[in-house]
Amino acid sequence: MAILEVKNIEKVFGKTEVLKDISFSLEKGEVLAIIGSSGSGKTTLLRCLNFLETATSGSIIVNGKTVFDKSIKLTDKIMRQNRLHFGMVFQNFNLFPQYTAFENVTLAPKLALKNGIETNKKSVEEIEKFGEELLETVGLSDKRDFYPCQLSGGQQQRVAIARALAMQPDILCFDEPTSALDPELTGEVLKVIKGLKGNDRTMIVVTHEMNFARSVADKVIFMADGVVEEMGPPEQVFGNPQSEKTKAFLANSLENI
Amino acid sequence: MNAFLEQFPDVFEALNEGFIQTLTIFIVTLLGALPLGLIISFGSMSKFKPLFAVTKTFVWIIRGTPLMLQLLIIYYGPGIILQENIWGQDEVGMLIATCVAFIINYACYFSEIFRGGIQGVPQGQQEAGQVLGLSKSQIFFKIKLLQMIKRIVPPMSNEIITLVKDTSLARVIGFIEVIYVGEQFLTGYKGISGIVWPLFFTGIYYLAFCEKKLSYFRS
Repeated sequence: MAILEVKNIEKVFGKTEVLKDISFSLEKGEVLAIIGSSGSGKTTLLRCLNFLETATSGSIIVNGKTVFDKSIKLTDKIMRQNRLHFGMVFQNFNLFPQYTAFENVTLAPKLALKNGIETNKKSVEEIEKFGEELLETVGLSDKRDFYPCQLSGGQQQRVAIARALAMQPDILCFDEPTSALDPELTGEVLKVIKGLKGNDRTMIVVTHEMNFARSVADKVIFMADGVVEEMGPPEQVFGNPQSEKTKAFLANSLENI
Repeated sequence: MNAFLEQFPDVFEALNEGFIQTLTIFIVTLLGALPLGLIISFGSMSKFKPLFAVTKTFVWIIRGTPLMLQLLIIYYGPGIILQENIWGQDEVGMLIATCVAFIINYACYFSEIFRGGIQGVPQGQQEAGQVLGLSKSQIFFKIKLLQMIKRIVPPMSNEIITLVKDTSLARVIGFIEVIYVGEQFLTGYKGISGIVWPLFFTGIYYLAFCEKKLSYFRS
């Protein structure tokens, strides 16, 4: 059974249709890369999955359970519980500046524990231990007590990845995780994301890094003007694109390199 | 020299009395204008158009006209219109009128500082809290509040220092505050009022302290 099923998602801003009838599904442990030019709706799609935008119609099903359907009204508490199926890493990190790296990672699980939101961490000690492990995973154990302003962009983004993992989402989403970074810092972040692959971790990565998408993704979606223009394994989308738009986009992207 | 020593206690006492009046205006204004400013800032951020428009216009007028004029209008205005001094003739009436004018004026300035601090926290902070499953109140108290305070404190301390000095405007309606007293003693005692102010300024140091305390993070 697919871990994620997205069915007929549409999103309209005023009169602009940003997403038109988007459907796809993901198996557990798959990595999906979403590529496409700016304004094609990639980020909006990711934001709809995380409920940062409310889709105009369509439904989202995680593990066979409907977490979003336009016709179903959900209470605040259930919404909060449902959105925890997804984790989000933002383009510009959005770390909490007043907390240290470690506090950034452990804040949400601790508050969830206090609030009775269901996670599988049952005590503060467990959360803190897990927080330490996560910082180690992203290679920042030595920066545990540093504030975001004392970290480089790449390090901040790695903390943000650890923070997203701390809530143990079923699906981890990345919204152009390296776009705000200096070129020499993108490598360390991409390496961490690459390292997360496996262990049945399902990820969706919106990215402009074509080589990265090609090497990490199990499935690639090319979006153009709010529709899924092409979808398939990377070898197919990159190696043998069918749509004219995909061909043009890839030609342009490669030209830039 | 003898004259100075003889007169010093009287001068000092009079200055102290004036200083207490100054302090009263300062404290009452601060206590009134801070909460009122916060309420006005909510109005100026309101999505309800009429409230937004009224608040904006009000703030625009108050910030656009001199405090001295507002003080004169508030103290003498009702008398001219109603043919009756609603503030009373005595010192207390003047103090109340002064405080009302100051509170309105400073609340408007404060409201803009509050608005800047509240709106200055990036939307991304809210979103980061949301995707981590935090509740609205947790996002406000645990994430945004301190960042707002950090944005509010420096301009607010400027404004409060200005308020200390603006209290001297109260003498345009005849209210006896420290400068007024100082002026009365000016002949022969020039500069005496000058020693009161530095003393008072030490009280502002706590603000500088606040600012230091919050400098451990940047946002």
